[in-house]
Amino acid sequence: MNRRNTLVTLAAVMACAGALAACNQNKGASAPGSASGPSGADVSGAGATFPAPVYAKWAEAYKASSGVGLNYQAIGSGGGIKQIKAKTVDFGASDKPLKPDELNAAGLYQFPTVMGGVVPVVNIPGVAAGQLKLSGPLLASIYLGAVKTWNDPAIAKLNPGVKLPSMPISVVHRSDGSGTSFLYTSYLAMVSPDWKTKVGASDSVSWPTGLGGKGNDGVAALVKQTSGSIGYVEYAYAKQNHLANALLQNKSGAFVAPTAEDFAAAAAGADWEHAQGNYLLLLDQAAPKAWPITGATFILVYKQQASPERGAQVLKFYDWAYKNGDAAASALDYVPLPDSVKAMVRKQWSTEIKGPDGKPVYAAQ
Amino acid sequence: MAPPKTQRLERPRGAWADPLFRAACAGAATFVLVALSGIIIFLTVDGWPALQKFGLGFFTSTEWNPVTDIYGAAGPIVGTLISSALALAMALPLAMGIAVFLVEFCPRALSRPVAVAVELLAGVPSIIYGMWGLFVLAPFFAAKIQTPLMMSVPDGSWLSKLIQGVPNGANVFTASLILALMILPYMAAVFRELLLTVPAQVRESAYALGSTPFEAISKVVLPYVRTGSIGVIMLGLGRALGETMAVTFIIGNSHVFPKSLFDSGSTLASTIANEFQEATGMHSAALVACGLVLFMITFSVLAIARGLLSAQRYG
Repeated sequence: MNRRNTLVTLAAVMACAGALAACNQNKGASAPGSASGPSGADVSGAGATFPAPVYAKWAEAYKASSGVGLNYQAIGSGGGIKQIKAKTVDFGASDKPLKPDELNAAGLYQFPTVMGGVVPVVNIPGVAAGQLKLSGPLLASIYLGAVKTWNDPAIAKLNPGVKLPSMPISVVHRSDGSGTSFLYTSYLAMVSPDWKTKVGASDSVSWPTGLGGKGNDGVAALVKQTSGSIGYVEYAYAKQNHLANALLQNKSGAFVAPTAEDFAAAAAGADWEHAQGNYLLLLDQAAPKAWPITGATFILVYKQQASPERGAQVLKFYDWAYKNGDAAASALDYVPLPDSVKAMVRKQWSTEIKGPDGKPVYAAQ
Repeated sequence: MAPPKTQRLERPRGAWADPLFRAACAGAATFVLVALSGIIIFLTVDGWPALQKFGLGFFTSTEWNPVTDIYGAAGPIVGTLISSALALAMALPLAMGIAVFLVEFCPRALSRPVAVAVELLAGVPSIIYGMWGLFVLAPFFAAKIQTPLMMSVPDGSWLSKLIQGVPNGANVFTASLILALMILPYMAAVFRELLLTVPAQVRESAYALGSTPFEAISKVVLPYVRTGSIGVIMLGLGRALGETMAVTFIIGNSHVFPKSLFDSGSTLASTIANEFQEATGMHSAALVACGLVLFMITFSVLAIARGLLSAQRYG
């Protein structure tokens, strides 16, 4: 009897395992819901963690005014892209814009919502916050491990009058894959050909030197604990925790500090009109006040909405946020989009996003 | 005078429930097996593209580059083994000390509460150890141990090579220290159970022959549980291998071989925790393959432990 039972159990295991494997393969096709997403009145979205706090704030106020809630799951940009491609949510959210060909292949449209930026933070004995001046290529050399000490001539040249210690530079980077690292490495790749060929730009890269902290708080803790260190964190995190930032030289040659105005300057000066599929990194902009490592976070929706009502709900929410959400965003140290960009996105909605009948699903006023 | 036939034919009351009960139990057991095979199948199927593309290179190369999509997990594999082995080396003597004290020397009234406290320690969530490690242990270690040590060792000696690194406390050594703290209560608890299985006669005979407590423990009690102790070590090792959050916080997260004890490294689990969220395509396959490797390592360690523990029980 024992043997028979074992056989039966084994057979059951095989059968179930087979079924599981089959499920696994059909994952994409059998995902619940169509482009309309799960049923229910609430708008559902998933993706980037960076804008999650402001989306939550907006959702709260929007629910109070319209009665429609937002169910947003901060699972990371990669997850957001996967979810919208699997059509399990009404919209996906990503800190990293999709390239135009990838957008077209998936039938998606993307638009920016709010901006943030990346700030280099330092811990150098004898150097005050906002005192150290760095340029993009120099930052790349430091992160490549080519510039090894703080009193290196390359640093001293940009910082006349600052007493730089002869101390090794400890490089700190993010260990987890993140939009922050994506922006940062994209910037370094843009300003340094060396970085572009040796390392490249992605949400996680093969760092030539230094050690990794998990999340903004992990990087900040390592920078605080290591004298002679340099790291990079999100602007909001640096501001709220009063980390000692460095000044960066932008494309116009000016040394700028990370402030909300300088982020806005980067976005206002950017060439949105010619950015195909809104694929635009706001890095190294030419405006005289522009902070060089600025980036927007994006929303992904289908161009062809299977259910016009649900598509309209998503756009209606972000239209409301464009109109009423700036104060909440600024309070959380995000940077609202300039009005010109908002107007452009609104216009795109009526031409890009259509229902099955070919009519725009939502006309923004 | 006929035998009470009717009674024999009548089924005992509640007999219908027996097959049901048996089926339910079999179902519960099957469920675990199905879950296990589901996990293995998932890891193999989703990790296969990476294993197929990189082959043996996945285990021997330290190049882990999400930009060029080339993945070799040798760094994390070695980091996992080193940090776990170090943790074990630190935790084992302490765990033995705790267990021997509780079983042999501790006053009866104290023994139970202390044992419960040790077991409670095992329940502290791993993220707490990670935060404590990053915000308390790492700065303390850097300022009070690492820096003075590096200052006092002559440049260029083998010792200075062993302890070189950035003095900020996030390195393989502190990660192992945290791991040791985490597996210590667990190992001490199991070791104590093991010592309790030593029959009183064995111990009393040793004392009757005139042994000192040290002799009785080191020559009689510990050899008695030798095989089982190896099982305890393996169980601790199994836990250390898979530990994720605490290690991620403090190991420094670089994908190369650690060059010294105080250099940063990474483990299989920390790599997965760091990168899985944003990974797509081959990157995600490589991470799942890392999961498979970790599963295999842990699985073989636990299998050895099982074998040794059952040998102890019946041997």
